[in-house]
Parts: sequence; C-alpha cells; structure tokens
Amino acid sequence: MVTKVLKRTYILFLYVFLYAPIIMLALYSFNNSRTRGAWTGFTFKWYLAMFQDRQIMTSLYYSLIIGLVGAFIATFIGTLAAFGINSMKPLPRIATMNLTYLPVLNPDIVTGISFMLLFIFIKLRLGFLTLLLSHITFNIPYVILSVLPRVKQLDKNMYEAALDLGATPAFAFRKVILPEIMPGVIIGWLLAFTLSLDDFVISFFNTGSGVSTLSITIYSMARRGINPKINALSTLMFVCVLSLLVIVNIMMSRQKKGVKIKEETR
Amino acid sequence: MSEYLISLQNISKDYNGTEAIRNVNLNIKKNEFLTMLGPSGCGKTTTLRIIGGFEYPSSGKILFEGTDIISLPPYKRRVNTVFQKYALFPHMNVFENIAFGLKIKKVEPAIIKQKIDRILDLVRLTGYEKRSVNSLSGGQQQRVAIARALVNEPEVLLLDEPLGALDLKLRKGMQLELKAMQQQLGITFIYVTHDQEEALTMSDTIVVMNNGLIQQAGAPESIYNEPVNAFVADFIGESNIIDGIMLEDYQVKISGKNIRCSDLGFGKNEPVDVVIRPEDLKIVDETDGVFLGTIKSVTFKGVHYEMMVQAHDMEWMIHSTRMRPTGMKVGLKVDPYDIHIMKKAAEE
Amino acid sequence: MKKTWTAYPYILWMIIFTIVPLGLLLYFSFTVTSSTGTIFSLDNFRRFNQPIYLKVLFRSLKLAGVSTILCFALGYPAAMFLAGRDLKHRNTMVLLMVLPMWVNFLLRTYAWLTLLERKGLINTILGAIGLPSLSLLYNDFAVFLGMVYNFLPFMVLPIYSILSKIDRNLIEAAEDLGANPFLVFLKITFPLSIPGIISGITMVFMPAVTTFVISRLLGGGQYTLIGNLIEQQFLTVGDWNFGSAISTVMMAIILIGMGFASRYETEQEGSGLW
Repeated sequence: MVTKVLKRTYILFLYVFLYAPIIMLALYSFNNSRTRGAWTGFTFKWYLAMFQDRQIMTSLYYSLIIGLVGAFIATFIGTLAAFGINSMKPLPRIATMNLTYLPVLNPDIVTGISFMLLFIFIKLRLGFLTLLLSHITFNIPYVILSVLPRVKQLDKNMYEAALDLGATPAFAFRKVILPEIMPGVIIGWLLAFTLSLDDFVISFFNTGSGVSTLSITIYSMARRGINPKINALSTLMFVCVLSLLVIVNIMMSRQKKGVKIKEETR
Repeated sequence: MSEYLISLQNISKDYNGTEAIRNVNLNIKKNEFLTMLGPSGCGKTTTLRIIGGFEYPSSGKILFEGTDIISLPPYKRRVNTVFQKYALFPHMNVFENIAFGLKIKKVEPAIIKQKIDRILDLVRLTGYEKRSVNSLSGGQQQRVAIARALVNEPEVLLLDEPLGALDLKLRKGMQLELKAMQQQLGITFIYVTHDQEEALTMSDTIVVMNNGLIQQAGAPESIYNEPVNAFVADFIGESNIIDGIMLEDYQVKISGKNIRCSDLGFGKNEPVDVVIRPEDLKIVDETDGVFLGTIKSVTFKGVHYEMMVQAHDMEWMIHSTRMRPTGMKVGLKVDPYDIHIMKKAAEE
Repeated sequence: MKKTWTAYPYILWMIIFTIVPLGLLLYFSFTVTSSTGTIFSLDNFRRFNQPIYLKVLFRSLKLAGVSTILCFALGYPAAMFLAGRDLKHRNTMVLLMVLPMWVNFLLRTYAWLTLLERKGLINTILGAIGLPSLSLLYNDFAVFLGMVYNFLPFMVLPIYSILSKIDRNLIEAAEDLGANPFLVFLKITFPLSIPGIISGITMVFMPAVTTFVISRLLGGGQYTLIGNLIEQQFLTVGDWNFGSAISTVMMAIILIGMGFASRYETEQEGSGLW
C-alpha cells in the first residue's frame, strides 16, 4: 500500500514536471501583463499582435509551404524507394538501408553543416530552395521507414491475381497495391510534415536571403528574452501538433487492427 | 496431520466478474500423479496457478499439510512449476538457470555443482552446462525447465502443459520419461493438459474440468469406462452420444428401438444422454443387428478403420479392425454393459 | 514484380545530399587554405587538441553524461511504473509521456525561460512567501534542467518498451524458484532491461552532447559547448576548416558510440521514436 502511494506520487511529480512549463506558457499567453510574474487579467491581445506581426506571419507561410511541399516530394521519392528496396537482393538492400539510417543517426548539427557546405560549394544561394532541398533530404528516410513495413507485408499473389483477372498493371497498382500501403504512406507524410515544422537546427544553417521558418523566428526572438507573442504562437503550435498526433495515433491503431484482422483470418 | 498433501476447499476465482473456476474441491495425496484435463478456458491452468501462488483466489482455502497457505507468496511455497513455454532465463546458461533456486537459498557452490550434475544426469543433459538456453532444441529446453524445478527438491511439482510445444514423437517419449521420473523421485506431480491421451498414459488420478467446474475425478480406467456425463464421455476418447429415453430400469429407447442396458435408477420416461464408444459397436450380419444401416464412409486410421454407418435417423461412428466396403448393408450390435446412460446436463 | 529501379532516384538523391556533403565536410577538415592554395593538413585537428577547446569538449561530455545519469535515475522508475501490471490507463499514460517529445524543443526550452527568469513564476512565488529571489537562469543548473526536461522521455520510452515485453512467466518462474521481489528485480528484470537502458542512454547522450540551443537559451551567450563552438566557427568566425574538423570529431564520437550501442540492441528495430 505504502509503495503504491509512493509510486503514484512519484509519477505524478514526473508528469507535473513534464507539463507544468507547457501549461504555464499557454496560461501566460492570455495574461495581460508583459512580465510573467503577476496575472493582471485575461486578454487575447498577444494573439492579435502575433497575427499582425509581419515576421511571424511570413515565417509561418514559409514553414507551411516547405513543410507541405517537402513532405509531398519526400513521400513520393520515399514510397517509390520502399518498393525498390523491398525487391533488392540482400547485400544492396543492407547498403541502402545503412544509407537511410545515416542521416537519422548523424547529429543534426553535422547534417545541417554538411548541407550548407554542399550548397555553398555548388554556389546555390542559401534561401528558400536550399531550405526545401535539405528538408526533403532529412525527411525521406522517415517516409521509407514507415512505408517499407507495409510493402513487405504485401501479398505478392494479390497483384498477380489482379493481373490474372484481366487488370492492367496500372489498374492493379491503383486498385490493389495502393490501398494496402496507403496507411503507411499517410503516416510517412504526416511524420515528414511534423518533423519539417519541428526542425530548427538544419534549417538554421541552410537559410538566408531573409527566408525564415517559424523555428528560426522563435529562436531569434527567444534569444532576446521573453516575448508574449511567442507564448501565443507556442500555444497555437501545441494545439496543432497535438491534433496532428491524435490523428496519427488513431490511424496507427486502425492500421494495427487491420493487420491483426488479416493475421486472424489466415 | 492431514491425510492429504494439498487440499483445495471451495476455491473460486473470478476475473472482473467472469468466473474462471467455481467451488473447486480437490484433495491431492502424497506421491500422486494427478492430471487436470479439460478444453482451453476450462479453469485448469487457473487452478494450477492458484496452487503455485501466482493467482489469488476470490474465495476458498488451500491447505498444505493441513495449514492454510493462501497468503504465502510463490517464493515461500514448497512447490515448483514447469511453465508452458518453459520460461528459461534467456540471459543465463543452462547451469545458471538450474542453479537459480539453489543460489537464492544460499546453498554452497560445491553442493550446487553436485546437485546439478545429478539432475542433468537424470534429464540426460550432461555436458550442456555452459550452453546458452536459446541454442537448445524444444525438447532440451523442456528438460532444462524440469531440471530447474526438480533440483530444488520440491514437495510438489506443477506442470502447465509442459509438452504442448513438442512434436508428437518427442511428446510420447517425454510422457514416459516424466512418469518414470515421478516414480523414481517420489514427488507429487500436478499436471495440466488438454490432451486426453497424455492424461490417460501418465496419471494416477484424472480430474476432468469444464467451464470452471470439476466434472469428474478418478482413476483413468474409471473415467474412461464410467464417464459421469456426456461431456466427460466426449472429451475422453471418441463417443457416439445420442438422445435416449429411459423407459424403465434396464430398458432404454434409442433411435426408435428398445434396448437392454445395465443402468437403473432413472425416472420413468426420463430423457437421457446415451454414450456408446465406437469400438463397442459391433458390425454383424443384417439379420443379427439391433440397428440396420449402410456404410457411408470408411477412413483408415492406422490401427483400425473408422466407419460411419447411417442407420435410420442416426449416424454411428464405428471403430473396427475389419474393413467393410462403402454402400454395404450391415447390422449393428452393442452389449448392454457397453451402453452408458447419463443424466442430461442441466441447462445453464 | 522486379522493380529495383524505383529506388534509384532515391539512391542518387542520397548520394548527392548525404554522401557528397559528408565528403565535403571531411575534405574541409583535412585541408587548410592559404594564399598559396589548398593543401592536405592535420592542422585543424592539432588546433582542436589545445586546452581551451579540449575543455569545451570535456565540458560537453561531462554535461551530457550527468544529464544522462539524471535522466536514467528519474526515468527508470517511471518506465517500471508504466510497465507495471496493475496500471489501468496504460496507453494514455504512455501517450502522455511521449507527447512532449513532439512539441518543438525550442518551445519546450523557451517554456523554462518563463519559469526561471528573474521576474518569472518561481521567483514571484518565492517573493510572495518572503524569500529572496534566486538567480536560476544562465548557469549549469538551468542547462541541466533543460537537458533533463527535453530528453527524459527518450530515456523512459525504450526502457518501458523493453520492460513491457519481458515475459511475465520469467518473473513468475523466478518467484517460483524462491526469489523475493528484490531478487527478481536484481537477477531478472534489470539484466533483461539492459538493451533498453543502452538505447535510452544513446538517445539522451547523443543529442545532449551536440546541442547548442539549450546551452544558448538557458546558459546564456557566454556558455560554450561543443555545439556552440561549431556554430561559431561557421557563422561568426567563418573558419570552415576548423569547424569541419570539430564536426568530424563529433561525428566520429557519435557514430562510434552508436555502433557500440547497436551491438546491444539487435532485437528492437527502430522502436526508438515511437
């Protein structure tokens, strides 16, 4: 009994530790006072100020564009690659998978700097394009890692059965293969999009010409100290990430259920 | 001093409202080989786990040599368990696995060595001390698990379907080995299985369970020959189970025929279950048979043929060493003492 | 269905954007440029071998090491609790542990600023009960706090995932053979959870060594870790050769560490992030 109470207290303490800062941040985004200590009344003015801040709004725009476009391209290349990797012989497959793990394992700062060296070396001006290219690059491995298990699970006979029943390869791919791997593809895309929004270190080294993402803007504002507009922005971002996560989780649990049912009927 | 080693008294266990076992009463004698037999979900494993101390019963008592051990944790009970999937410690070798219990009791290393040598000899794994348990075959892992339990010289060894993962041939061999070990060591074995043949081969006593209730307990012969209800009859060996009506003592009506039997004491015109073993039905000439029918199918089963005979509104299963061709008209006969009459199971 | 070719664009992409850049990094770290041209040289590494830079390296390693130990000390009991048998809302509890990992780590770090600063919540409370205000920000304490806060879930998760996979029968078998709960932990649970501990340590230590954001925001502008050193070389000083050399050293430390750790985690493939 005593140990049970002790355990509960401990875990409660831990969750408070994890969530208190986030919750305080959200609360203060509604605080009228600029200094954090005192609560002087409820207000939406920081949200208003945030939406009127040109710098925040342009970086939001860039974050979203790079996130969306980057995730799409990464998903496209990554999904194709997953099929190719799946049909490789063991040796090239291991080599390709190691290549895939390299950017995942390498420290972000090293990855970021090496991209920067490349872009400067090929005389590409740091800015929107370099940002996009680097985001695509660090996202593809995550897409592959989420699509590959699905491709491995594919029943080869199903595709052949479709052809046998008179489907053209393109039709069979669209109607038979694609629905099977779709959950993995969508999760891969969401993962890529989230990681792209979340990234700071790699973006930090590969941006220029006045192009800035939200993370970079937050960093440069936070370095100068507290800014209530960041509180408002953070709160909004928490809510977005949270809803994205809930969606991903629901999809994943559905996907797991689907796999389970498949196994049971075997 | 109680005459029984272990006594389960009115043990019940429910998981969130669903009852796994109900009012189990069971007495186990010293040096007995007792088998709990039943389909999966019948409560046999739950009963075993309660004896081992891994489950806490909702109500009832467990007496061990007369004292209640219900509140003792597993590590204080003088029983050891052989788990279904062996549960060998993957980070230890064969020697360390078997020595685990002895080391905890702080037995001297020299004596541990001695005991392990002896037990490895018993399970025929001498020379395997340093092997990793993952490198062993299923049968060898099984024997390590048994050695690990036996080396502690428990009063009672609990075995939870220990042979379930082995192939048929290995299983047959291990059954005989286990029985031999039990007789040699003089330890009480409580064995759980869903395999009736295994139960019949090894046990001194069989306890048949279903739906959390003990159906019948007794020697293998009496369970096979005198099943108390249709469930036991069906579960132990194969059976023809037919609806019948008890007309009066020694007279039962099956499939429209009045037949002599050896049972009495039922109500007049009471509906009953009638059990006839397939090997007790004899195929005779059409003129001599009680039932007349046609052979529908013949399957060769190795030692005997299994034939399905359609007679009137009934299909009978018959085991015989002599084959009759499909389509042949035959008569069926059964001796009165081979007809087992059972009360209908009460509707739940 | 042989269509290996669909992986070719990807492989080409990765060669251009991963292999070539890393090659450039190595090239810069092993060369020096002067007015006479670019020559092969180990000068950059020799320069790094000076006390001022080694001090930064050791400081980073020490800080990351202590943070890892703190995360382990706090995280192992938490993982055990989450893997416990009698837990009712396990999935929710685990999700709650994972959630902060998905919040932008800049924001997570920034959140502490608002609590720790001179006029922040903690000092306001201290003032309200009549205690003198503390200087909580821009010191080792703040950096440790930021590290533990950011990386704790990365320690809890792999340990939890290993602990929850331990076959319940093994625990029961140990109890059956006479081990009390303490001995069960010492002889069974803990040894079996070592792969999880290793991957937890990897996932905390590696990013902790290379961070430059936590140290900049919570440690202040003067607080230099190896990550900050690299950033300075590239963005302020402009000495790419030296910056590349430091990056190479760091990459070597990390990849060797990873290789070492991966020998222990043969079973759990990529369970880390989830």
